Amino acid sequence: MTTIRVEETPHLTAILRLADTALVLSHRLSEWCGHAPMLEEDLALANIALDLLGQARLLYQHAAELEGKGRTEDDYAYLRDAPQFRNYLIAELPRGDFAFTIVRQTLFSAYFHPFWRRAANSTDRTLAAVAAKAEKELAYHLRHAGAWLVRLGDGTEESHRRTREALDALWPYTGEFFEVDAVSRAMIEAGVLPDPEALRPNFEETVDRLLREAGLPRPPAVWMQSGGLRGVHTEHLGHMLAVMQHLQRAYPGARW
Amino acid sequence: MTNDALERLERAIEAVSSVVDPEIPAVSIADLGMVRTVRLAADGAVEVDLTPTYSGCPATDLIKQQVEAALAAAGLSGSRVNLVLSPAWTTDWITEEGRAALRRCGIAPPPRRGEAETPVACPHCGSEDTEELAPFGSTPCKALWRCRSCREPFHRFKCL
Repeated sequence: MTTIRVEETPHLTAILRLADTALVLSHRLSEWCGHAPMLEEDLALANIALDLLGQARLLYQHAAELEGKGRTEDDYAYLRDAPQFRNYLIAELPRGDFAFTIVRQTLFSAYFHPFWRRAANSTDRTLAAVAAKAEKELAYHLRHAGAWLVRLGDGTEESHRRTREALDALWPYTGEFFEVDAVSRAMIEAGVLPDPEALRPNFEETVDRLLREAGLPRPPAVWMQSGGLRGVHTEHLGHMLAVMQHLQRAYPGARW
Repeated sequence: MTNDALERLERAIEAVSSVVDPEIPAVSIADLGMVRTVRLAADGAVEVDLTPTYSGCPATDLIKQQVEAALAAAGLSGSRVNLVLSPAWTTDWITEEGRAALRRCGIAPPPRRGEAETPVACPHCGSEDTEELAPFGSTPCKALWRCRSCREPFHRFKCL
């Protein structure tokens, strides 16, 4: 069992982008297990990770159907290397401190909540079904992350400083949400994916409202990071996959 | 439908209805609204469609196995159990009996569609003087709450 070669079509690539993003962020969140600042947050982050993992599994199962080569969800998760992953870069950044994780969850959920709400009308019936549930899960995640963002931003000097630093570090990774290439253009035209430009007002309104409440300044327009969607990743993804895929790489085909 | 087919179908429905949620054994999967259809396929095999609840619920695979085992134990070998995603499960599909069973084991049922999120009645004493302790709990479907009247903590089923 070696690295698989996926023959990507625009539709398959679009599904893998969503699946990979959910899986990679889920893994980053699961790294908090046993390390969160308090028990309730340990549970919360693990639960959010579990929701995202569930979404990833359903999306990988859908990818396997689309590819039609008899693959399983595990093949996509464990048997591809970093350049084959199609996730948004924001998902793969190391978990950082609690402020970093909260800012990332806020920005991610502020985009993906309206994304899934629109995707519930997708012409892809399976994607629409995944979206119908993901929308409600993301609404819950956004409420949780947003409440913490306000507490941290409007908290102590230390929590404010850390949250602001995290915001400045993460903001350049939000540009990818709105990136449209030939693959996504084709899927938007086919009614499979929502047009991210239509989601921008909702994203900005949510972010502006939360930042205002948190007493944090909106970061200025900066150069935006890009690359994840075409497999050009930060150095962090390879290290993460080395941990996540270790068992299947060391013991090919291991089952339990 | 022949008498034999009808009898097999009834046996299948009874078997499927006997399966409970492994995390909340007081509630059957039928009362949770997970069972879409039980039917006899053209080849005579029993076919069951289940709707998974929360995307990442780790109990889903176990429930599927338990339904298969219940059907096999009822003498209905070769049955097929499918997980059907669409239409997506919602907490509105939990039956009245399911909601009552949740309350009996100390879990406040979720608000119905269109109902306000609060107040949440304590499943122990019925008081609406309650507060949320944590939005996430021991399973993906529950949040942790506390009653200010009887001082008991309780779980609340999250609305989906």
